Amino acid sequence: MTSLDHTSEIRSEGTDGTTVTPDRKPGQRDLSTIGFVLAGIAVVGLLVAPFYVYPVFIMSVLCFALFAIAFNLLLGYVGLLSFGHAAFFGGAAYFTAHAAKVWGWEPLSAILLGAGGAGLIGLLVGYLAIRRQGIYFAMVTLALSQMIFFIFLQAPFTHGEDGIQGVPRGYLLGIVNLNDPLNIYYFVLAIFLFGFFAVWRIVHSPFGHVLKAIRENENRTISLGYRVERYKLGAFVMSAAIAGLAGSTKAIVFQIATLTDVAWQMSGEVVLMTLLGGMGTIFGPAIGAALVVTMQHYFASMDFPVTVMIGIIFVLCVLLFRRGIVGEAIRLIRR
Amino acid sequence: MTMIFGIPLPALLGQLLIGFINGSFYALLSLGLAVIFGLLRVINFAHGAQYMLGAFTAYLVLAYTGLGFWPALIVAPLIVAMLSAVIERTMLSRLYDLDHLYGLLFTFGLALIIEGTFRYYFGAAGNPYPTPALLAGGTNLGFMFMPNYRGFVVVASLVICISTWLLIEKTRLGAYLRAATENPQLVQAFGVNVPLLLTLTYALGAGLAGLAGVLAAPIYQVSPLMGSNLIIIVFAVVVIGGMGSILGAIISGYMLGILEGLTKVFYPEASNIVVFVIMAIVLMIRPAGLFGKEA
Repeated sequence: MTSLDHTSEIRSEGTDGTTVTPDRKPGQRDLSTIGFVLAGIAVVGLLVAPFYVYPVFIMSVLCFALFAIAFNLLLGYVGLLSFGHAAFFGGAAYFTAHAAKVWGWEPLSAILLGAGGAGLIGLLVGYLAIRRQGIYFAMVTLALSQMIFFIFLQAPFTHGEDGIQGVPRGYLLGIVNLNDPLNIYYFVLAIFLFGFFAVWRIVHSPFGHVLKAIRENENRTISLGYRVERYKLGAFVMSAAIAGLAGSTKAIVFQIATLTDVAWQMSGEVVLMTLLGGMGTIFGPAIGAALVVTMQHYFASMDFPVTVMIGIIFVLCVLLFRRGIVGEAIRLIRR
Repeated sequence: MTMIFGIPLPALLGQLLIGFINGSFYALLSLGLAVIFGLLRVINFAHGAQYMLGAFTAYLVLAYTGLGFWPALIVAPLIVAMLSAVIERTMLSRLYDLDHLYGLLFTFGLALIIEGTFRYYFGAAGNPYPTPALLAGGTNLGFMFMPNYRGFVVVASLVICISTWLLIEKTRLGAYLRAATENPQLVQAFGVNVPLLLTLTYALGAGLAGLAGVLAAPIYQVSPLMGSNLIIIVFAVVVIGGMGSILGAIISGYMLGILEGLTKVFYPEASNIVVFVIMAIVLMIRPAGLFGKEA
């Protein structure tokens, strides 16, 4: 089985993925230092950003960035292309919106409910999808997410085409008023950093190393005695839950949950964000998400269809730019 | 009135016919996908867009040149096939040595560009396309009323499916094609122009999608988004059938169309999702698909 590999060009089948590319060669330790410094700068930047940039815009970027980071856990580190991640992102948004609006839940618990619900859907979808590999995995996840789309379309609690509107932001833990722009901003930032750190921890844990081994050579990993399907399912559920965390947070920020977030176009967008930023890199998906959201924001006011723009970037990325922005940057630094 | 399980017979047969017609399109499209996948190992996400392109070409040909359904039935698939051949030659062929997922992602981007452009110029609403005069009206079959055009679609799709199957299984060209699927290097060494074969195959698959689009135009109207939701169902059909055989793609296409029609009669709420539910069941029992070969 071929695998998606972030450091080298991807080979066709037949080589059987026997060439394992090490994450870094000797004498290249400094790259992680650069990473920590950049992460520090990014965090400081995000802390002061609401005083300079429209906070709602940054919150939107943060939600989509977390979504892309969660998606990348699967594509970049296990080599599984899910074409159905919108089901978790949008599904969680519905659960959270319903809990906050109809049941009157406190925002954090509503968000956790959404993420948990997304994880549960992820367990069902993942259980079926990991039975197939490669291209079939993508098709199965797409088909199952379309089924989930239709279920949400018809379920009474989602209000069909109208969606759930006017979701209250409420008081965090009953104390902090999230209707205050700065309060909600730092709340969203905290969730983003938590999700980012969680994925970072997963990737660098022994579990994460087994995931990368599966990506590089699934058969060899099986022969080493690992129950590969359990690792894949575990990664799938974690990815779904974190994608759900992003969707739930978005529902609280924008006070709405709609069909747009569960539709297949959204699944395509998160693929693009990850591809553009650089799959299999820690920062790539977040950067890709920031670019795509900014671009959509910019094109919304222009007389040019956003879908076409997204399609063009997709085609260019695949033809010329497969490592993505961060992937190319890493290659340049290491040269 | 005759009743079966509490359902009036004409209603049941009517839904069965609709199911059979939907199944005809599922079969035509999954056939094209299977032909392309068989040789190129690319899942053609743009298949829905090419189907839409076929329908729109027929619509535009009628609007600007006055040529009706019958000329369009030949012209539109040719145009779609030629456009697709150019795209394969210039762009898609660069991706064959990479992971197959890149082919999927490329064609996905392509679908977004095509559908987005048409949506921009023609809006999201459907444009009616007239039924050809020769096939207007209907026939009373005794137990139900059958619009002539729909009968024609059923027959036409069967003919197309069977002739494509014969082309691939029984002709010399088909033999080259199947040989190139097994071992492209060896076939190339025998002096067959494999890159050309790949281009022709992609054009054939895309042309089939275009042909399906022309056939669909009088039934479903012509709209920029007519292919995008259909393609996901067809993906599920392909997963159910398994990519192993052309025949498998055809049979599962018809079968699922009919099952969907039956669901509309007995439990309409589930008719949107029945294909996906069946896919989930097949994945649990026989992950390689009903007709699939690989484990």
